[in-house]
Amino acid sequence: MSTLNRIRRGWRVPLFAALAWLAVAVSAPSYAQLTIDVTTSAGRQVPIAIVPFANEANAPQNITPLIAGNLSRTGLFRIVNTGGITSIPTEPSEINFLDWTSRSSEALVIGAINPLPDGRFDVRFRLFDVAKQSQLSSFSYVVGAAQLRATAHKISDEIYEKLIGEKGIFSTRIAYVLKRGPRFELQVADADGFNPQTILSSLEPIRSPKWSPDGGRIAYVSFESQKSTVIVQDLVTGRRSTVANFKGDNYAPNWSPDGTRIVLALSKDAVSQIYIIPAGGGNAVRVTESNSIDTNATFNGDGKEIIFVSDRSGGPQLYSVPVTGGAVKRLTFEGNYNVNPRMSPDGKTVAFVSREAGRLRIATLELATGQTTVLTDGPLDDSPSFSPNGRTILYESKAGGRGTLGAVSADGRVKQRLSSQAGDVREPAWGPYGTSSAR
Amino acid sequence: MKKLIIGVSLAVLLSACASKDPVKETKVEDRSQQTTSTASTGTTPSTRGTEGTQVSGSKLDPLKDPNNPLSKRVIYFDYDKDVVKAEYTSLVQAHAAYLGQNRNRKVRLEGHADERGSREYNMALGQRRADAVRKATAVLGVGNDRIETLSFGEDKPKSAGHDEAAWAQNRRVEIRYDGE
Repeated sequence: MSTLNRIRRGWRVPLFAALAWLAVAVSAPSYAQLTIDVTTSAGRQVPIAIVPFANEANAPQNITPLIAGNLSRTGLFRIVNTGGITSIPTEPSEINFLDWTSRSSEALVIGAINPLPDGRFDVRFRLFDVAKQSQLSSFSYVVGAAQLRATAHKISDEIYEKLIGEKGIFSTRIAYVLKRGPRFELQVADADGFNPQTILSSLEPIRSPKWSPDGGRIAYVSFESQKSTVIVQDLVTGRRSTVANFKGDNYAPNWSPDGTRIVLALSKDAVSQIYIIPAGGGNAVRVTESNSIDTNATFNGDGKEIIFVSDRSGGPQLYSVPVTGGAVKRLTFEGNYNVNPRMSPDGKTVAFVSREAGRLRIATLELATGQTTVLTDGPLDDSPSFSPNGRTILYESKAGGRGTLGAVSADGRVKQRLSSQAGDVREPAWGPYGTSSAR
Repeated sequence: MKKLIIGVSLAVLLSACASKDPVKETKVEDRSQQTTSTASTGTTPSTRGTEGTQVSGSKLDPLKDPNNPLSKRVIYFDYDKDVVKAEYTSLVQAHAAYLGQNRNRKVRLEGHADERGSREYNMALGQRRADAVRKATAVLGVGNDRIETLSFGEDKPKSAGHDEAAWAQNRRVEIRYDGE
């Protein structure tokens, strides 16, 4: 396979880029583009050796442990021990490939963190296919000390993409609501949980954070005015605008794929009905016309249909309707409580919450076939959110009255319950791939 | 092994959350107040003057007199249900009669759910309950223009517990008059 040798100078940390610590996944795609043969789910892991970078010990942030952690958490890699190698290579000419074939390593990462006179660092890394003794990728980043961690994520993304064949999510971000005592905080954190920022703090409930498709804004429900209103907050400027504050409830917002509109539930004219409103606020156009509760709406992949929850048949079920209104089609038939739909990034799958015998579980619905699959056991699993590569579903998992986070691979093979040390974490929302390099 | 690594990772996340520097809060709180002040559209104006007139007839505000049924403000519901039970008929009638006699008063019916449903769908359940109480008062002649039904879902529990006794306390509609 041909060598890739891109050198980029002055690379800046993307503000809204990808997610790592919950990248629990097993099944690898068959289209992995390189010689590392990741085939199926059954525990196949790519053995990869990550050699400590030259001068790393003198840098304010070690990079290689972060890369190793990122990759191993995906479940798709096995980190090969680099101890005992007599001569640690930091340049291609120093590599003795026998050292790595003897350790059954299929991939090798080397690099250097060189301090520059202006205080910044020149971070270089190279990825090799050990069997072919060929270079798969090479990058150079000139960054400040504060960006070394983000650089480690960027390198992780590059390695992941080269070896697995799809985009990594190590530089993405997540949003969630943290309840601490009586206080609700809306936080945004890096994919690995670092750099959490409280973007709103309130004694009244905050609910339903949803990222705009460009990652620059978050829509959420705030009860600051003693009732539910929908607010959009710009993450760069911090500017907040109330986009829905009608009589009654204003809740369950979700963005259109192009980021120009928000679908939401309003009770201004009846019990909850579905409306679409411009993302900057304005006239709310009613989509559903029923005497039932219609709520929890999400646009489908092409933005032409809305998938929503209605109790028109008794218990709440998922339905679809064209955005212009019209014929409503029922999507779920099993059980009597199916709510909270979320679209997968490719628009093919809906994750939702299904209650059976009092247990709330995360499930998926394949839109093409109508097949539903229950992925978790509950008892109180809620608020699913897909990773931007569609591989993992992050969700809230209440235990002992406290919200923790869980992650399940979209194929259901790996599920984790993640216990929290402090606070009550709710309604996680996985941000999109970054396009912005602001800040 | 995977489990362990991820668990540790989350612990890092959460401890990072917990140690968050609170400096940002102040800034954000300022904006919250702005939102509150600009968010008056659709909420009811205060009519304290009317309340004064009403109070002048007796020693106690009937809405606060513990011996008056009007001081009872909470209607409880069964699990997953939005039916106003018969035992609350006299309570609903008393408030409907009060609203009938005090044409300037407005009321908020605030619905709540226990924690056992989906957080987002529980908003709908709270709304159904508030709407059930609204319908019961509408039957008694109170116009919709004086009633706002609102839901808080499960996020404002009356009891912080996680058992049936707590849940029973949390499945409710609270009646709140303007200015309260």
